[in-house]
Amino acid sequence: MPDNVYDAIVIGSGISGGWAAKELTESGLKVLMLERGRNFEHLKDYKSADKNPWDFAHRGRATQAQLQQHPIIARTWGKVEPIMDYWANDVDCPYTEVKPFKWWRSYQLGGRSILWGRQSYRWSDFDFNANAKDGWAIDWPIRYKDIQPWYDHVEKFIGVNGSLEGLQQLPDGHFLPPMELNCVEKDVSARIKEKYNGNRHLIIGRSANLTAPIEGRTQCQFRNRCWEGCPFGAYFSTQSSTLPAAKKTGNLTVRPWSIVTRILYDKDKKKAKGVEILDAENNQTYTYLSKIVFVNASALNSAWVLMNSATDIWPDGLGSSSGELGHNIMDHHYNVGASGLVEGYEDKYYYGRRPNGFYIVRFANLFGDKRDFLRGFGYQGGASREGWSRSVAELSIGAQFKEELTEPGAWTIGMTGFGELLPYHENKITLDKNKKDKWGLPVLAMDAELKDNEKKMRKAIVEEAKAMFESAGIKDVKTWDGGHEIGDGIHEMGTARMGKDPKTSVLNMHNQVWDAKNVFVTDGACMTSSACQNPSLTYMALTARAANYAVSELKKGNI
Amino acid sequence: MNRREALSSVALLLGGTIVGAEVFLSGCGPADKKYGASLTFTPDDVSFLDEVAETIIPATSTPGAKEAKVGQFMTVIVNDCYEDKDQKIFLDGMKKLNDAAVAKYKKNFVDLADTDKHDFLVALDKEAKDYMSKKKPEDPTHYFRMMKELTLWGYFTSEPGATKALRYVAVPGKYEGCIPYKKGDKAWAT
Repeated sequence: MPDNVYDAIVIGSGISGGWAAKELTESGLKVLMLERGRNFEHLKDYKSADKNPWDFAHRGRATQAQLQQHPIIARTWGKVEPIMDYWANDVDCPYTEVKPFKWWRSYQLGGRSILWGRQSYRWSDFDFNANAKDGWAIDWPIRYKDIQPWYDHVEKFIGVNGSLEGLQQLPDGHFLPPMELNCVEKDVSARIKEKYNGNRHLIIGRSANLTAPIEGRTQCQFRNRCWEGCPFGAYFSTQSSTLPAAKKTGNLTVRPWSIVTRILYDKDKKKAKGVEILDAENNQTYTYLSKIVFVNASALNSAWVLMNSATDIWPDGLGSSSGELGHNIMDHHYNVGASGLVEGYEDKYYYGRRPNGFYIVRFANLFGDKRDFLRGFGYQGGASREGWSRSVAELSIGAQFKEELTEPGAWTIGMTGFGELLPYHENKITLDKNKKDKWGLPVLAMDAELKDNEKKMRKAIVEEAKAMFESAGIKDVKTWDGGHEIGDGIHEMGTARMGKDPKTSVLNMHNQVWDAKNVFVTDGACMTSSACQNPSLTYMALTARAANYAVSELKKGNI
Repeated sequence: MNRREALSSVALLLGGTIVGAEVFLSGCGPADKKYGASLTFTPDDVSFLDEVAETIIPATSTPGAKEAKVGQFMTVIVNDCYEDKDQKIFLDGMKKLNDAAVAKYKKNFVDLADTDKHDFLVALDKEAKDYMSKKKPEDPTHYFRMMKELTLWGYFTSEPGATKALRYVAVPGKYEGCIPYKKGDKAWAT
């Protein structure tokens, strides 16, 4: 076999790409995984992870030089000293903001699986049914029963901690022991439950951190520095979890610095035959051939690859025959919520730094609750005691001031909503051929915004947060709505949606591109609606499902 | 024209650079120290910032800001992390602070008795707070707010601050959401 021929090619090495590589290699396929950025090795490349706070020259604050390389990240809360190199260079990789858009990108092996927030929630049939029930956009081609075994499969492998709650709208999974709510959170949870007659649930977050060891990985040590890379391999990332499994098969080849410029399409066979890449270091073009292509470049870049492929047949790219490629972009809108003071727990504290918070499960538009908007939202937050930074404004200077700051301050509690965003055809990304990146490739133009449904929802998020906190006895409740630029939720999705009809969707129920059955898109691009739960677990489950389907179709000679 | 004004005129003629200006100025007596001339930060500048920081966070039963090298820390942050406009406010602030001390006590800030340093900065802190509470969002930050923030941040994230004034556990190993707390127990550093 020539050395550029594989059974399968996986474009991207992040959360879903790693899963595709694991499942395909474990099925015996020879797989080439392409990563557009640098190699990034487990443990060895987590250079800051063992440092103490005082070992950082700028104590965690990004420098002006770092910010200049990352003008997009500079607009976000991701701008901190230890991880600036983990983000893509925004200057080398520009994009066009027709409307304001924050695109958090990580171009290195593992992608955003290193940096992600690890919150892991199942979707329910309320979510898979939502478009059909509301008559909005198109129906999902799958239901909970189709994905349930794959949620099981994924959770068992990556390790997700959580509590069993028996809630229809947030199905329980295969959980490791839950982390603990602290005393304030426990009491607030109980008071909310009582005030709302058992219909509102503040639970401990479900996160992909190990609360018990699993093969080859140590349990969480509660340092809460996950995104620098974990020296214990205690949270799910490609590097800690799927990559070692894929490598163990002996079937995986990883090629960093490989920007896929297009999928090569065989119009006679109506299938992909491989991909063309640009080596980001030497600017040479290479071709790799395969029977299957998995597109896992992240929602926006996966659409970009498709838009640049088979343009001799479809000017707008592979998968564009429906007119939906690049459209229906969604995210979760957040940065809207409430905070307040908690009295009566001055004799209580906590130990350890929990990399997780509480979650308030969706209640809007469920079980008889009716709103002036569609869909719903959850909240994520936490309670803690204030530290030394509390008093910069309030106190003066000197010995007494110092002594006061060495003790913990008041308990505070805060939370932000995470709201569902509807798919709108007019919220879209397109190719901007007038602007080029460092490699001379056309860039994306982002044209998406929140609309009335989301704006109404944000009002409810604020009102309900305030009402719940006040009902739980929280004092001095303050609310905020910091607005939301699409992309800032880091949950971008929907640009190559699944559906039942090739006329209105890019992918079928198995994530196959309708126009090229051996091309599978299983990252956020495939989503038909956004729900309000953090989506990565669902991407993983859909990827595992599609990969196993791809293998069986390959064996049957169908693709 | 006094010596400083004369030097300023010379500086203008020479395009703003005074080579060896510190040597000239050192002849002017202690009440004429010039701090924050540039982002190079001289050893005198660092000592000055250390004294300001130590007055905000003095050594008590635990180390103070000077032992935590907060003066040096401030220069690193101002150089590398501050925007140009804030660098200018900070540098000008160093001059203003000392000039105000000289005006009041006829001594450089660093040469004041500890109680005078304390009283002086209490008043300055009040001035900064009043200003910050009344200023419009687009108005500049008060320089003493910057110095105080840098002092607290630099101190409590330093090794002496985090491990002696606070409690630091690099690898907690577990999370307990509800443990007893009694007045006097130190806060966690992170």
